[in-house]
Formats: sequence, structure tokens, C-alpha cells
Amino acid sequence: MADKVLVKGNEALGEAAIAAGCRFFFGYPITPQTELSEYMAKRMPKIGGTFLQAESEIAAINMVLGAASAGARAMTSSSSPGISLKGEGISYIAGSDLPAVIVNIQRGGPGLGGIQPSQSDYFQATKGGGHGDYHLIVLAPNSVQEIVSLTFDAFDLADLYRMPVMILGDGMLGQMMEPVVFPEHSERVLPEKTWATNTTKGLRKKNIINSLYIKPDVLEKINFERYARYAEVEKKEARFEGYLLEDAELVITAYGATSRISRNAVNALREKGIKAGLLRPITLWPFPKEAYQAAAKTAKAFLTVEMSMGQMIEDVRLAIDCARPVHFCGRTGGMIPTPGEIEAKAEEIARAF
Amino acid sequence: MSIVFERPKALSDVLMHYCPGCTHGIAHRLVAEVLDELGVCDNTVGVAPVGCAVFAYNYFECDMIEAAHGRAPAVATGVKRVLPNAVVFTYQGDGDLAAIGTAETVHAATRGENITVIFINNTNYGMTGGQMAPTTLPGQVTTTTPYGRDPKLIGYPIRVCELLSTLTGTAYAERVALNNVKNVRNAKKAIKKAFEYQLAGKGFSIVEILSTCPTNWGMSPVEATKWLEENMIPYYPLGVYKDIGGDK
Repeated sequence: MADKVLVKGNEALGEAAIAAGCRFFFGYPITPQTELSEYMAKRMPKIGGTFLQAESEIAAINMVLGAASAGARAMTSSSSPGISLKGEGISYIAGSDLPAVIVNIQRGGPGLGGIQPSQSDYFQATKGGGHGDYHLIVLAPNSVQEIVSLTFDAFDLADLYRMPVMILGDGMLGQMMEPVVFPEHSERVLPEKTWATNTTKGLRKKNIINSLYIKPDVLEKINFERYARYAEVEKKEARFEGYLLEDAELVITAYGATSRISRNAVNALREKGIKAGLLRPITLWPFPKEAYQAAAKTAKAFLTVEMSMGQMIEDVRLAIDCARPVHFCGRTGGMIPTPGEIEAKAEEIARAF
Repeated sequence: MSIVFERPKALSDVLMHYCPGCTHGIAHRLVAEVLDELGVCDNTVGVAPVGCAVFAYNYFECDMIEAAHGRAPAVATGVKRVLPNAVVFTYQGDGDLAAIGTAETVHAATRGENITVIFINNTNYGMTGGQMAPTTLPGQVTTTTPYGRDPKLIGYPIRVCELLSTLTGTAYAERVALNNVKNVRNAKKAIKKAFEYQLAGKGFSIVEILSTCPTNWGMSPVEATKWLEENMIPYYPLGVYKDIGGDK
């Protein structure tokens, strides 16, 4: 077991990616994820890896596509406006069945928005972002330690399911320093990349990496096959953390940084005699629907807490088929909800119980 | 009996989708002949564009990737960084390379990315039915310049080899044409040299190939060849625009 070190979220993510075997990072500066690119620029040459600052977010994601095609573990990172630019490439990576890891350290939007923490790219991350029928696996850490463990998972899941994985953080997680341990990474048993375009060496027929299927029946078949894989991901990979859910009448639900604020609110509410609990999705896609259905058995109401105008709330409603009222408490534009705001909203809801 | 002419081994034994009289087929063949002659097909990754050559991934026997519109040089960069000893080439048209992919092209060149770019200039977007390209000539009629390209409204055609020749990272840039046998032979020499430069690790190499598009130009193949000679070559003079030579 390695020693505990105090490290910034963005840098922890970079080191974890390297520990997970990522040797190709294609970046572009944008606040608040720039430290990750800078960290990779410093570290990659020392371990025989490649850091390349691309001419644009678009070029960076397409470099990832190329590196992934050649069979390497590759990553790019950005923040909200830059992820919009990567949308095209992400769609092509998904359509070409390539593994890749994309990091979004979210900031306020829309447009240039601001540079403070936000969670307003939830729709973009979980519902598409690029064009076409596809999904990303979306992982939402809520601590620097979890950034490390989910970065390991991101590369494994990408390789296992041959699909892009997004680590969805926010400016708060990217910038905060916490003590972490970098554990030895034990990779899952992963399939060999026999599909990679890494030259035939005269030993096999050529491989083609492609997302074009001009005949509609063929494209439909390919999409059906991809969605069969997605169904497997939904079945096996949905993850969540529950806190005081067993008897919770009010289930507060939040991911990432807001889940930690919400946890404080849950503790304070319990002290006031309100049976509150916290359901924190760790995977935003696949969304842990069953956990919500289970929580709905004791819950009289749900309260989603987000740094957005309310995006995840739609998935919460869908997960429980609107069987309970789902309330919202959120701030936007880079503003962060306080435990007090969450408590006040929760108490207002609980008064009606 | 000795064989005097056959399909290059690097060229797939499939029917191509190109229109009659289009010079893509010749360009494909030249690239394949060069891959054969250099003995590198089994160590090559090609990147196809969006446009008429989108199906190029079906036509070469090496590993192939189909890139998004204009992004082939970025994709090729990713491949080359992972496989520095492999031969990596892109095959792109003028809309792909000089409009939507200008940034990727210019920056791959200025990085001295050790890849080879085969650039087909036929002055229009062929696959979508003949719209104005960044290379469409002044006065040229296309479906989006129905009254002829008016430089006062939409500017002038881009001379890609001249542009890229100003960049330190560009090792080799030559413009050739496929309008007659002599020029086809020159084109092959240029393509071979471009790949040889890559094998020698000299940096970014590009061969711009002036090509005909009889279908979208509304001409017979013979008329199209004549039009290329009379209109394209004067605006896009053939020749070597950058050659760092043998000593880098």
C-alpha cells in the first residue's frame, strides 16, 4: 500500500490515469481543468508517454480517436465549452466502438458561462452531447480519492465494453486538495484488442475503424448490437452509494460535489428528527434506477440537489416512474448550494408528510 | 508469359464507387503502387476522409480508419504517436482538407507530424453533388456558386501547397496533376518521395493532386482534362513548393 499524499483533484486524476496505463494524453487549456493538462505535460515525458497540446478541443478528441484506434489507452480532458467541441469526436468514437476516456471538469454555462463549479452538463453527458444513438458510461466521483479509483475503472470499462467513458467532475472537485492513496492498479481481465488498426504486420487481414454504414438496415443492425452491449452495461455497471436510506422518508439525491454538501444536510436533518437519507449515483449512465425504486419503498418524497437548473431530476422521476413527488434544490451559474439551503427546502417538504 | 501489368497488392480487389473519368482511381493506384514498391503495406495505417474518398477504407489493403470531416490529420497524429514506426497517411479532398479541416492540416504540418497527406484538389465538393470548395476557381460555376464564384463576395481559392510551404514543420510539398501520362508518372514520383521522407523521419509531407471531376463539372472526361489544363494549372502551378532535402 502506497503512502497518503495531499493532492489536487485534477492532478490526482492525471496520476491515476498514468497508473491505469494511459500513455497518450491530448489536451487543450481551459479553466478549471488546466492543471490536468499541465500535470500530464510534466509527467508524460518522464515515463515515456506522450503529452500533446492540440490546436483545438476538436483536434484533441480526434487524436484520442487515432490513438485508441491504434490500440492505446488514451485520454483527453476539458471543461464544459470544450466538451461541446468534442461532441463530434465523441460521437465518432462511440460509433466506431472505440475505448477512450474523456474528462469534463464542469463549469457554469451556457455559452462561455463562467469558470466556477457547475453540474449543468448532466444532460450533455448522459443524453448524448454528440449526434446519433449512443451512450457514454458517465462516472461521477465526489472526492479526490474517488477520482483516483474511478479513473482506474474508466479505462477498464472503456476497454471492456469498447465505448467512451466520461469522468464527470466539477470545478470544485478538480481544484480541491485531499489526502489520497494511489493503490496498485489491478486491471480486470480484458479482451485482446484484435480490432485495432495497429498495422497488419502481414499476419492478419486488414482492420477497419469506421462509423459509416450507408445501408440503413446495416446501420440499424449495428446500432441494435451496440444497444445490446449498453443493456449489459446497464445490468452490470450501475453504481450508487446509499447513506441512511433504510428508513428514509425524505431521500435527498445528489452526485459529485453536491452529494457531500447534501450529506451534511442529511446529518443536520436527522438531528432535527427528520428521517432523511442520501442516494448518491456514482454512475450517471447507467443510472442506478433500481436503487431509486428501492428507496421509494420508504420514501415519501425525493429531493434532488444539483448545481444546475435541474437536469438529473428528470432521471430521478423516470427511475421511480413518478411514484413519489421529486423536489428540486439547486444553484446555477457557478453558485454552490449551502447545507442550510438544502435543509430549509427539506424541512419545507417534510412539513407536508 | 511474364506479367507486365497487374493490380497492386496494396489495392483491394473490389469495385470502386468512383464516377467514370474521375481521377481518384488513378490516385489510389499510385498510392498502392508506392506502398508495394516500398514494401510497407503491412506496416501502414491509412486514414480516409469525408467526401468522395470516404470509402477509401475499402480500397487499400492496409489497416484503415474513417475520420470525421476534416479531422484526418488529427486522427493520423494519434495513430502516429502510438505507432511511430508505422507508415501513416491520410487521403483527403479539398473541402475536407482546406475548409473544415484547415486547422488540423495546418497544425499537423507545423508540428512536423511525420505523416504523409495525399490531397485531391478537384475544385468542388464532389460527394454532395458539386458545391463550392475552398479551391473553386474565380468565376467557376458550382451548385452553391450558380452565377460563378465571385471573389468580391466569397474570396479567393486557397493554394494549399504554397500555404503549407511557409511552415517549418513541412518537409515536402509538391503539386502534381493527373491530366496526362507524363504528369501521372511525376505524381507517382512525388507520392513515393513523400512516403520516403516519412520513412526517413523528416516530418510532414503532402502531395496535392490536381484531379478531374467530370460528373460535377458537367463535362466528358476528355473535356474535364482539358479544363484542368486550361484553368487549374495556371492558378495552381505544378511543382515542388517545399523540400528540405536529404539532410534533416
